[in-house]
Amino acid sequence: MFRIEGRFMQEMVAHSREKAPNECCGILAGPPGQVAALYRTVNASASPIRYSIDPKEILRIAQEIEGKDWEMTAFYHSHTHSEAYPSATDIRLAFWPDSLYLIVSLADLQQPCVRGFYLRGGQVTEEELETF
Amino acid sequence: MAVEVRVPSLLRGLVGGVKSIQTSGPTIGLALDDIEARFPGFKERVIDPNGAIKQFVSIFINGEDVRYIQSLDTPLLDGDQVSILPAVAGG
Repeated sequence: MFRIEGRFMQEMVAHSREKAPNECCGILAGPPGQVAALYRTVNASASPIRYSIDPKEILRIAQEIEGKDWEMTAFYHSHTHSEAYPSATDIRLAFWPDSLYLIVSLADLQQPCVRGFYLRGGQVTEEELETF
Repeated sequence: MAVEVRVPSLLRGLVGGVKSIQTSGPTIGLALDDIEARFPGFKERVIDPNGAIKQFVSIFINGEDVRYIQSLDTPLLDGDQVSILPAVAGG
């Protein structure tokens, strides 16, 4: 079970809507297993089917949270036209086994969906999200 | 000469679970050789078979991407901080 405040869920959906039809992306950080801050990042791929965070932006955020003893507990990105499930590309490019990958689906614009997954060694494990 | 290398979660299993390790230069390439000698298997996760930094890995020295300096020949100085960061990407 991954607990996350409703305001962060809303922020991820808002970010996804703002950047559609391109995918959006960002980093969630906090003490281990928790989310205390959301960092919107630029999708360096600027694409409706790909996302990537500039390594310099990852480093900047990593250094910022390090002083607080936080970790990058999760990453998020949007799927603008497909379900909230990891694509083959998501699985292939998953290099952070301890971070949850959150996917926002805008396939149903009236009811955006957010789901979370651990992506480890090509395996997809869904983690239930509890919003509070 | 002491240099700190920040280890990403992906590679911590290879270095006993620690978040950072100490090494020395005089270049980032030789520092990786030193780490490899102590933690076999580390280097192949960062460097490709052709001896280049893997496509989806970035190495920073004090915040500067070594790809834009001298890549693996980039010199290290006492107190430098090295960060190895895998990509955050997908589709």
